[in-house]
Amino acid sequence: MNLAFQQRWLPTLVTAAVLLLLLGVAGALYPGFLRPLVFANILRNHAYLGILAVGMTFVILSGGIDLSVGTLLAFSTILLARAIDAGLHPLPAALAVAAVGTLFGAGQGMLIHFFRLPPFLVTLAGMFLAKGLAFAVSLQSLTISHPHFDAAASFRILAPGGAPLTTATWMFLFLLAAAILLARQTRFGRNVYALGGSEDTALLMGLPIARTRVTVYALSGLCAALAALAMTLNTRSGNPAIGLGMELDAIACAVIGGTLLTGGVGSVFGTFLGVLIFGSIKTALDFHGGLDSSWLRIAMGILLLAFIVLQRALSRPGSNTN
Amino acid sequence: MASRPSSVIAGSWLWPFAGLLLLLAFNGLFSPGFFQLELVEGRLVGNPVHIAVQASKIILVAIGMTLVIATRGVDLSVGSVMAMSGSTAAVLAAAGVPFPILFAASLAVGAATGLTNGLLVSGLRIQPIVATLIFMVLGRGVAMLIAGGQPRPIQNETLLFLGNGHCWILPLPPLLALAALFATAAVVRLTPLGLFISAAGSNETAARLAGLPAARIKALVYTFSGIAAACAGLIAAARVETADPSRLGELVELDAIFAVVVGGTALTGGRFTLAGSLAGALFIQTLTLTMINQGMPPEITPVPKALVILAVCLLQSVEFRKRAAGMFRRPAAAWTPP
Repeated sequence: MNLAFQQRWLPTLVTAAVLLLLLGVAGALYPGFLRPLVFANILRNHAYLGILAVGMTFVILSGGIDLSVGTLLAFSTILLARAIDAGLHPLPAALAVAAVGTLFGAGQGMLIHFFRLPPFLVTLAGMFLAKGLAFAVSLQSLTISHPHFDAAASFRILAPGGAPLTTATWMFLFLLAAAILLARQTRFGRNVYALGGSEDTALLMGLPIARTRVTVYALSGLCAALAALAMTLNTRSGNPAIGLGMELDAIACAVIGGTLLTGGVGSVFGTFLGVLIFGSIKTALDFHGGLDSSWLRIAMGILLLAFIVLQRALSRPGSNTN
Repeated sequence: MASRPSSVIAGSWLWPFAGLLLLLAFNGLFSPGFFQLELVEGRLVGNPVHIAVQASKIILVAIGMTLVIATRGVDLSVGSVMAMSGSTAAVLAAAGVPFPILFAASLAVGAATGLTNGLLVSGLRIQPIVATLIFMVLGRGVAMLIAGGQPRPIQNETLLFLGNGHCWILPLPPLLALAALFATAAVVRLTPLGLFISAAGSNETAARLAGLPAARIKALVYTFSGIAAACAGLIAAARVETADPSRLGELVELDAIFAVVVGGTALTGGRFTLAGSLAGALFIQTLTLTMINQGMPPEITPVPKALVILAVCLLQSVEFRKRAAGMFRRPAAAWTPP
């Protein structure tokens, strides 16, 4: 096994093994856990997180971090609810929200790139900004009711085994497929990996680093807006008070999925596995009943620690040769 | 620090104080009676006192954060440490444990978390954002576990006195925070420790080659930050007489980083100013109160905070100042990740 293989695929294999182990243990402990219905619910309930994590994966691959996605999601849900409440049709409202999210992300990307500001600081300010803006739109949560929106929310296709795949689930799966293609098969994807691997090298190779970095943050903002759409399709309401901590969950999913936080190494598919691990732990805790959500945080924290240490161990031979 | 880099704008701790004075002047002009102080039942009350009390937990956290940022790091786990230490104190107090033991136990929780952060950063060489992110996630869960998932009342007279007591006519929390600040400033400025911290932050390799135990200094600094956050957790919990594991210390890491950055400590490490962080913490709290006085709902106050922090970062950005000065952009400047 050469080093490139170790760095690139070993974390993903470990992630897959952890997921299988988790599903095995949960299946043995709780009869009825390993049913298509449960799996479909994991996908549906974590579609928003999956979409956030996909955007986050690109940011982390490029060597940055985006802490604003959680509160940007909250801002987007309440903006959507307000727009529909004001009489706008859900479709243009959703497009407008997606545009706002993209611009928000692009703005952060420009500050980070053109003024050489640290990503975590700019997106931290973005987190504050989006949180405040969400409450500026409405201090209370708003219910969304529009015949077309309700139709989209209750739309579902029954997969074999009676598992309902909702609009939010489809959004997540389509976005996931598109993101895998974007990362692996396009010039933009290669530029992102190159930028995260070594900015100086990418620059010397003549890659458009300014455009790539700004696009990455714009993409993350767009994903936050789409995640908000997926979430409102589940809850049928916009809420300015949600979102805190979601950025951490998204980062955790990406890291557990094998994306290196220093950038340049990782995969969107790995992130998908990370989201499934998050969803499985949460669902298993729900099956158990008595345990509260604190265990979810602890389990994710320990997994995060384990994967970061594992990656550190794997990348050590490489850093010694530098 | 004897020598400062050429720039006065980025380096001086006078700027945050100037900003604070400007903000206070604005309040003096636009909200009549802002500076009015009165004695109620032998205690001083009024807006300035309110700001100082509210800012005390930010000041305490910012003391540790300043030193961590001086080593070119950051500590995101402080909010979770506050929740853990507050919950520990509440549970021990409910069990009838005397104050010295529960105080020591709560600080030990902070110290253990900080030491782990420090070892991850200096031993395993994991980036500070990532290493402390782990405990930001994990610590909140541990705090909920300690407290049994619900807010716990603080049932210890001495601890409650720390949060709500008065010394003469002055409230205790800001006095404690200031005492901690001066003690820390004295230690880092009167001993070589401050110089060591700056050295480890500005160039770790050079510091190591010069014989400084850079790794141990970093571990020490993170441990200190954990202890400072644990103190803040105790005082914040005592102040509201409850330790709420899911809310205690929420977003405090942002306020503390804000205070440190606005105070003039560079995120690139090496240079730090504790006085600046004090000014930054008072600035952020005054800003919040100003907005609320001007009729803004408290939920929206993050917006001006975000705009101020972005403005300060831009002022400190070399690139921005170059552009603002009307000069051409450096062709293809190599960007070094922080």
